[in-house]
Amino acid sequence: MTPADRAVRPGAVPKAVVAHAIAPRSSGRPWTFYVLLTVFVLYVLALYGPMICIYILSFQDVRGGLVFPMKGLSLHWFVDLFTQVRTGDVKGAFDRSVKLAVIVTAITVVVSFLAGLAFRRRFRGDGIVFYLMIGSLVAPGLVLSIGVGLLMNFIGIEGRWYTSAVGAQLSWTLPFGVLVMFAVMSRFDRAWEEAAYDLGATRWQAIRLVVIPILAPGIVAVALFGFTLSYDEFARTLQTAGSLNTLPLEIWSMTLNVTSPSLYALGTVTTIISFVIIAACLGTIGLIQKRRASRVPAY
Amino acid sequence: MAAREGAFGWLYISPLMLVLVPFFVAPILVVLAASFLQSDGFGGIIPSFTLGSYVDIFTSGLTLNLYVETIKFTVLTWFFSLTIGFWVAYFLVFHVRSPLLAIGLFLLCTVPFWTSNIIRMISWIPLLGKEGLINMALIRVGVVREPLEFLLFSSFSVVVAYVHQLTIFMIVPIFNSMARIDKRAVEAALDAGASRFDIIRLVVLPLSKNGIALGSIFVVSIVMGDFFVVKVMSGGGSASVVGAFYEDIGVLQYPSAAASAVVLTIVVTLLVTVILRSVDVRKELAR
Repeated sequence: MTPADRAVRPGAVPKAVVAHAIAPRSSGRPWTFYVLLTVFVLYVLALYGPMICIYILSFQDVRGGLVFPMKGLSLHWFVDLFTQVRTGDVKGAFDRSVKLAVIVTAITVVVSFLAGLAFRRRFRGDGIVFYLMIGSLVAPGLVLSIGVGLLMNFIGIEGRWYTSAVGAQLSWTLPFGVLVMFAVMSRFDRAWEEAAYDLGATRWQAIRLVVIPILAPGIVAVALFGFTLSYDEFARTLQTAGSLNTLPLEIWSMTLNVTSPSLYALGTVTTIISFVIIAACLGTIGLIQKRRASRVPAY
Repeated sequence: MAAREGAFGWLYISPLMLVLVPFFVAPILVVLAASFLQSDGFGGIIPSFTLGSYVDIFTSGLTLNLYVETIKFTVLTWFFSLTIGFWVAYFLVFHVRSPLLAIGLFLLCTVPFWTSNIIRMISWIPLLGKEGLINMALIRVGVVREPLEFLLFSSFSVVVAYVHQLTIFMIVPIFNSMARIDKRAVEAALDAGASRFDIIRLVVLPLSKNGIALGSIFVVSIVMGDFFVVKVMSGGGSASVVGAFYEDIGVLQYPSAAASAVVLTIVVTLLVTVILRSVDVRKELAR
């Protein structure tokens, strides 16, 4: 039975039904609202709760263990993290990860932007490029990692975090970047660009003065994806980083060897970095939107 | 203009291809080639053609167990992340009235995606462990007398960690699909006398099908291709397809690792293709 069959008397839907509707127009909340609100709150708690636990536990003193209750309050494990030999070269790994992420972000932003421009129109072979991209996204990370490792072996180049690992990570960040670019471009009205051409702009001028400023928030979003996906990338970096570890590789070896809160301290430090990046990007996007709202008169 | 556009299409796409060819196409081909070669047993590869690695894979009883185990985790993770993801997205789109608040809550859900997965995974240890928060709480309340052993380093904790990491991959595309549903379609169904359940079943679910498919592709391919969550969260109790060939790499058995990798890649590709058949992903993304 389709909903249409049920409309015996059109327009005679009882008021109560409307009030409890899926998108209520009056002030009453349907009971499902409260059920789903509970689901949502539980989900957010489960999402953040465990992370908050390890941040708290990383501030224990020297007696601290891996579980609650808290034993003391100090920065002992943060100091331990950066001074102890047994926790590995955290400082170096951290330094490499940030540099690697910056390189990957810069390339991701430029290449995704250009690919986004290309995909606005159909071109010969666009389907192949698209499915290559999807393939690169869903291919098991370790398979690609092994492939790149073997390839470097075969050519006779030693894999390094700033060469092979950059490429391996791009095979993961670029498809994401282009997908975000798709979403961004779909809201871009080509008439603005055409107007620039009509006013005598060159292609480069149109991109620099019209397309990039309009798409700026989306481009920042691509940068956010590029940085964070690279900074936390593990499987594709595993066989391609060469002899020096990146931070996720360092964390991985710590999860297997280290059973002290210094592991949690590292978690806290790396999450702070992530949060700073996220806040900076979202803040920038917000700022651009705000400036725009103040400039363009409401209509 | 159109002819110029076509040429510029390839000019703009070439940097992307310059990354995808050497770092996606070539590695896959190298792995494929290596899978047909022989190992000399000392980490070297002898360039002679053999199907030996594949014969080993398909005659070993272990292979089937690995796939059963991995597919079990995939199905469980897919089911729970879809269920949670669908209702969270539904709540945000249809129950939160202020669009600004909905976007804010949506961002709240996505922030952990931009932080380290490994850290998010190990953060379950202080909760689920034998002396963890959950066991302590259960004992204090008097629900159990002994700590529950199955909470950590078990199949249970593996699924918990996966769902924790991957539900966001369901929420984002489903949220996008749902946000595009014309509210008038919902109102029309209401006016026609549909119940709340009818609307979800006959309007919302079909119109968010593409988002569900897209999320499923992410979840299925990530769980199938993962090994570190299984390794850490099962405490060594469970194996995975990728974990098994990562061990081959550890002992420098490249050809057999490559053959396993090829078989896995084919399985994942088949699964993704099946999902793709039900939806035009490109159209969905470009809309």
